[in-house]
Amino acid sequence: MANIRTRKYIFSKGIDQYFVGVSKAYSFTSMFFKEVIKRPFHLREVINQSFEVGLKSLPLITLTGFIVGVVFTKQSRPSLEDFGATSWLPSLIGIAIVRALGPLVTALICAGKVGSSIGAELGSMKVTEQIDAMEVSAINPFKYLVVTRVLATTITIPILSLYCSFVGLYGSYVNVHSAEASSIFSFYQSAFSTISFLDIFTSVTKALFYGFTIGIVGAYKGFNATQGTRGVGKAANQAVVLSMFLIFLEELVIVQVSNWIRYF
Amino acid sequence: MEELKQHIIDYDVPVISISGLYKSFGELDVLKGIDFTLFKGENVAVLGKSGTGKSVLIKIIVGLLKPDKGEVLVLGEHVDKLERKELDALRLRIGFSFQSSALYDSMNVYQNLAFPLTMNVKNLGKKEVDDAVQEVLEAVGLTDKMNQLPSDLSGGQRKRIGIARTLILKPEIMLYDEPTSGLDPITSSEIIELINEVQQKYNTSSIIITHDLTCAKNTGNRSAILLDGKFLNVGTFEEVFETDDKQVKAFFNYNFIQ
Repeated sequence: MANIRTRKYIFSKGIDQYFVGVSKAYSFTSMFFKEVIKRPFHLREVINQSFEVGLKSLPLITLTGFIVGVVFTKQSRPSLEDFGATSWLPSLIGIAIVRALGPLVTALICAGKVGSSIGAELGSMKVTEQIDAMEVSAINPFKYLVVTRVLATTITIPILSLYCSFVGLYGSYVNVHSAEASSIFSFYQSAFSTISFLDIFTSVTKALFYGFTIGIVGAYKGFNATQGTRGVGKAANQAVVLSMFLIFLEELVIVQVSNWIRYF
Repeated sequence: MEELKQHIIDYDVPVISISGLYKSFGELDVLKGIDFTLFKGENVAVLGKSGTGKSVLIKIIVGLLKPDKGEVLVLGEHVDKLERKELDALRLRIGFSFQSSALYDSMNVYQNLAFPLTMNVKNLGKKEVDDAVQEVLEAVGLTDKMNQLPSDLSGGQRKRIGIARTLILKPEIMLYDEPTSGLDPITSSEIIELINEVQQKYNTSSIIITHDLTCAKNTGNRSAILLDGKFLNVGTFEEVFETDDKQVKAFFNYNFIQ
């Protein structure tokens, strides 16, 4: 017993630090839910940040969504041709893009572009004492910097995800149209014929979780940055790596839950 | 100047009272029993080597750090026992000028100055904000820099804008963290002049954290030397250096090298 009392770490430095990190992240996330319902709401800043997130990612999402649509269609066509089922192409692509690829591609792009930018911006504000300056000016930096950014990513990423799905389907149509004459109206009609409300709902829910994850992880890493400029780079890097990891975990869980609902 | 400075000090009204203050970080004991009083209208320069806890002291005063032990009374309030709202209300009465200036680098000078005002004072018209910004920019002599970004300003200008940002809320207490560090002697003397002007014009009480003896001598009505986590000497500039302590002597000789 005396030995335990005098020990510096409960398990080891690494394991102790891991649990301390989890506890800090939990407190940080709880703080978000406490602060988000309190006044002032800083709506102007939420709108500014939403534009930042949306506009910054839009060109890349457009390009990537389009390419994903073209490539996925190109790769799927030979297999369907073997069975004489190329008419199923729009439905197949529709399901794949709306259910999985649209939200996932959007989330991965935003994790790289927006998550790293939030991590670096808040990290740099932290190490140059700008966050402390806000605090001593009686402005709640958590509310002004964290809550607004997390809300912005949570609101914007689902919209971007739906947009990415539409662009992806358009890319698919372009590929289909180059092989056989078809109208865009009939393509979208057959693509959406197999998509249910649950698919759209799951897709938007996923994107909401991804958006929240990207925002909160970026803000957490930035807000807790240390070690000067090195810490800023580390915060940006960790924001991307951790949010991507969590996005894949969430994908796995949400797919399981939605399948359970679908076949229940 | 000295007469004018003495004239506005009210030694019956303490604005900051600290007793038995202790603070440590892990195994490192930084403050080991600080007792200190700042009176209304007074400027006190706190001197000491780097890493002796000077900045920690003012961060405790403004509630950025919590003390381990001891009592910190600021304008009659126990800083470490206040709720968030009460602490924010107290912080509006305290100005904190950071060593790095800590200007918001995504905002221009006007936005930096207007930000604390618009966030804390409700229903303020644009003209009122413009007038307040103009007034503090005039006070620090940088009216022509209103639309510039912090990255376009020199070190001295950034310090001035940092001070202006605190003045916009008309604080009763000013805390300066190394106001002249990293500045050339001419710019340093301009900042010293500004600190004295702020004391006169806004009737503030100030703590000036510094290791620049010229700054301490010219801004402080009293000086205090922080050594090994405690105040070694508190008194006039001349009084605090009347000691045989080797570290204090070395500090003095280095700064006033002939």
